[in-house]
Amino acid sequence: MSERTLPPVTQLAMTSLALILIGGIYLASHLPQQVPLTPAWILLAASASLLAVNLIALSRVKDFAWTKFFSVGKWALLAYMITAGLIEYAFLRDGLSGDPLVVLTLSIIVYAIHVPVLIAFTVAQYEQ
Amino acid sequence: MTDVVTAQPPVSIAHTEPTAVSSGSPPARPDFQIVPLKGLPIVALIFVGLIIAIAANKLWPLVFLHVAFGAAWTIVDLFMGFVIGPTMGKLPPPARIEVVTRLMPKMVLIMPTVVTVTLAAGWQLGVLMGTVNSSYYNHSWIVASYIVVGFMAVIALGLLSPANIAVLTELKKPKPNPAVIQKLMKRFIFAAGFTGILQVAILVIMTRIRVG
Repeated sequence: MSERTLPPVTQLAMTSLALILIGGIYLASHLPQQVPLTPAWILLAASASLLAVNLIALSRVKDFAWTKFFSVGKWALLAYMITAGLIEYAFLRDGLSGDPLVVLTLSIIVYAIHVPVLIAFTVAQYEQ
Repeated sequence: MTDVVTAQPPVSIAHTEPTAVSSGSPPARPDFQIVPLKGLPIVALIFVGLIIAIAANKLWPLVFLHVAFGAAWTIVDLFMGFVIGPTMGKLPPPARIEVVTRLMPKMVLIMPTVVTVTLAAGWQLGVLMGTVNSSYYNHSWIVASYIVVGFMAVIALGLLSPANIAVLTELKKPKPNPAVIQKLMKRFIFAAGFTGILQVAILVIMTRIRVG
């Protein structure tokens, strides 16, 4: 029986998603008032950094099942791009604009990339 | 913290589980699609309905979508976590595989659809009714609902969806690894149970908001 150690992709991805959700809740809970965007920017930056860390850590894994990772990841990416598009549409429909729209759009992009990465990783890690 | 994968030789489920029938070949797994393609047009239709409801911004379609799909989300979570989960645990492995290969592909389509429709219609409804405004008299309950839904979203996106896809991918292999399936199903049922508990919190919050 051999053991393979992988980076903590799931834990980092869940933390990343939690950070952008906290940023979203912070903005949503103050509507329609204008609130300082600094906390939301900080949370978004931290979340995006965790995405970058996850991608870098994954790229360094030797003998990873990349074929399976990409075959699952591309379909998951398509699915989550559709849901991200729906969320973005709702924001635009409600007349959201300016910096809050930028923060939320970037958050949605992090979400639409990180979740497919997590799904593809979960599948590929069991590919022997 | 690290994800550690124990590499084991792939073995047939019937050969490793003590309760499996040991006479002859392993139990046949029903053929299945990880994403049931027949269901995609229904999902597309629902999303088109959601877009029309948001664009129209009328009260009834938004209430209908939010309540109907929200109820479905709550019921599915509670049922999976507290009924299907414990029941599956008591089934013999071949029966468990039969259930998993029939149930889990449907969950791949059902869960993201009910979650997306509930949240998008709910947000638009809140905008229309003014309940998302911080001046709303029950604002603290609204924020509480954001927090609970946030927890559920992280669990669903981080644990439920990946485990769902991974267990189906494993079952598609010529010789699925029972240890992997067991680990992933345990993760799925645990996460479903936890979101079921959070759904009870959502029920409390929503009924509090309704009665004022």
